[in-house]
Amino acid sequence: MSKQKLQDIPVTVVKDDGEYEQIHLYTSHRKIYPRWVTGLWNNWRIFFVVATQLFFYAVPWLQINGRQALLFDLSTRKFYIFNLLFLPQDFIYLTALLLLCAFGLFAWTTIGGRLWCGYACPQTIYTEMFLWIEKWVEGDRPSRIKLDNGPLNTRKLRLKTVKHTAWIVLSLWTGFTFVGYFTPIRALWHDMLILALGGWELFWILFYGFATYGNAGWMREQVCKYMCPYARFQGAMFDADTLIVSYDEKRGEARGSRKKGADYKAEGLGDCIDCTLCVQVCPVGIDIRDGLQYECIGCAACIDACDSVMDKMDYPRGLIRYTSENALKGDYPERQMLKRIGRPRVLMYGIVLAIIMVTTITSLVLRQPVKVNIARDRVALVREADDGWLENNYRVQIENADEARHVYRITAEGLPGLRVIMDGPSEVDVAPTEIQDVGIRLQADPQIATKGSHDIHFVITAIDKPEISTREKATFIGQ
Amino acid sequence: MTDFYSGFWGIFIAVIVIVSLIWLAVLLKSQAVIKLKKGEKAAVLDHKWDGDLQEYNNPLPGWWLWLFILTIVFAVGYLALYPGLVIFGNAKGWTSTGQFKQEVAKADAKYGPIYDKYLNMPITKVSQDKEAREMGQRLFYTYCIQCHGADARGAKGFPNLTDSDWLYGGTPEKILETVEKGRHGQMPAFGAAFGEEKVRDVANYVMQIAGKPHNELRASRGQSTYQQVCVACHAADGKGNKDIGAPNLTDKTWLYGGSEATIIETVTNGRNNVMPPWKDFLGDSKVHLLAAYVYGLSNNPETASK
Repeated sequence: MSKQKLQDIPVTVVKDDGEYEQIHLYTSHRKIYPRWVTGLWNNWRIFFVVATQLFFYAVPWLQINGRQALLFDLSTRKFYIFNLLFLPQDFIYLTALLLLCAFGLFAWTTIGGRLWCGYACPQTIYTEMFLWIEKWVEGDRPSRIKLDNGPLNTRKLRLKTVKHTAWIVLSLWTGFTFVGYFTPIRALWHDMLILALGGWELFWILFYGFATYGNAGWMREQVCKYMCPYARFQGAMFDADTLIVSYDEKRGEARGSRKKGADYKAEGLGDCIDCTLCVQVCPVGIDIRDGLQYECIGCAACIDACDSVMDKMDYPRGLIRYTSENALKGDYPERQMLKRIGRPRVLMYGIVLAIIMVTTITSLVLRQPVKVNIARDRVALVREADDGWLENNYRVQIENADEARHVYRITAEGLPGLRVIMDGPSEVDVAPTEIQDVGIRLQADPQIATKGSHDIHFVITAIDKPEISTREKATFIGQ
Repeated sequence: MTDFYSGFWGIFIAVIVIVSLIWLAVLLKSQAVIKLKKGEKAAVLDHKWDGDLQEYNNPLPGWWLWLFILTIVFAVGYLALYPGLVIFGNAKGWTSTGQFKQEVAKADAKYGPIYDKYLNMPITKVSQDKEAREMGQRLFYTYCIQCHGADARGAKGFPNLTDSDWLYGGTPEKILETVEKGRHGQMPAFGAAFGEEKVRDVANYVMQIAGKPHNELRASRGQSTYQQVCVACHAADGKGNKDIGAPNLTDKTWLYGGSEATIIETVTNGRNNVMPPWKDFLGDSKVHLLAAYVYGLSNNPETASK
């Protein structure tokens, strides 16, 4: 097989000077025309395209608590996720999210291989939608090839214009929706209608629109092959029990055409009739019969194509199928593949995932919607009050991380008889998501607050909602 | 470029940059084409993983080459616009100082009007305005707490701004003047002139007029010295002189402390106190807001010290 493959590499000879020839190591792109395919897996893909895009396009329009339900407001650094409000201090949750994504990806890839690539990756989804448009406008693979190779006439011009217009409209709508996750989409929509978009908003809408159009319309499989990092390192997560799309070589070879009804087995032929449909439907343009390749995104279009042929030939389905390397080798029957999910590698990923998830959720549940920052005055370490008690001075910053206004009371504990003295009102009124800064003096008995620093705690409690309360450590310097 | 005293380093940098760019272009060209014996096909690369995993020397997509070329073109353009090639300067006249000034000008244009709004309001009125007080507090936190403390109560040698005791006077005009022009308070050293005994006597007299426990004999001896020397600034009754910032010695407020040892130290070595001027640095409207905030600290019923 390797001999065969070597000669398949497309090379351009630049110069031929007799004994040697110079070969260009960059090659122009060979366009792939995936054939329309129907079948079980394609139905699943349609389902995933519709489900994910319904979510993506619809969610920014949802309202909750009188504001956008899902909004990452970068300009004010407030991130609203349904009922939750995240502030920059909650950045740790982003770390948790990234960890979850990473380990989720590891676990998922080990179990399911490239199912993400084939069904849920935005690159696949948008390419798929663009392909639908392409097919509706220009027809299926043969007519697209014919159209592209044909002369430029009014029909070609019309079809191309229609296709690109549809692509661009979809892309712009995608860009608009994406920006709508970062700036309130209803206002954005209004601004767009009256042509009063801000410079940055317009820029990012066009930017993401262009990215969608370029990636899904023109780059397509090249993104997977040359740009996607996941495609490059997913091989490291695979093992011999990972779900892959594979051609059953034992059953299929030797491939070749045959007459219907003839005893092909007697002729030494396998089940593969070499119709090349599996190659024609492949969106990354590979031949799955050459074995597992890193280009394969596991989309199973070839399975659908092959199954339909097998049905026509009256052969059993599954010449190309989802299987694992070990199952294909015959180490265990394919029915047992599910059992293999419980292998140590997957279990370890599962444990790590569970730990991160439980900690994150616990921490989210226990999270107090008030954030406090205490700074001891660095100028005067300790002062003597008029009655001889020792006084320390603090600046207390209270950030109301809730979406309702709250009035907070500040108390201190840690030394017997500790007195809290505030200038002005003794209760701090903080508007939603705002920060209030108050000066606080603590006074302690010099008999107790001896020389050196003493650990104390400030307790900040919302008067109107006592379950909102937080303790913050500070120090009191005596003598 | 004025950053360098001689042209050498400019040339040094420029040569490295230009040679690197040319080298990159040559490298790119040499790596775009390989020479093979006729009939020989693109080979398997030299390395092997996992025993049998090999890599073909596959041609890369052509648009990658164009990306490389584009980066070189971009680099040349960038070097011309910004001072990458030091000796040639830069077409845009870009400097980090200039960029900083631009940012400041932008901020001034944006926030200036907010500050200016209060400039024509009398300080007593500004000090009552909630929004102005918040702005004043932020300014205070940025520029004043290093000496006066976050609660404006000062520290040893730095006056408490929340009481009604003022070295130079607490009227809005005086406070504004203090913030604008700064103050320089000086108490001369009398240690050498008086001698140890006399200093201690004067200190005890000061404690007497302040109503503190003191040595009667020393105080009565110190009185004559006080009346000869100290009256010039602190006045005959010890109430000080706000025109020159001489403190009132008869109240409980002490800038450096009212113990005998501290007073002796003050008289012996003198004191030298500086409040920096802020007008040139902050501009009229911010100084106005700050003065109003400070005035409000002791004259606002809501925030005044209790």
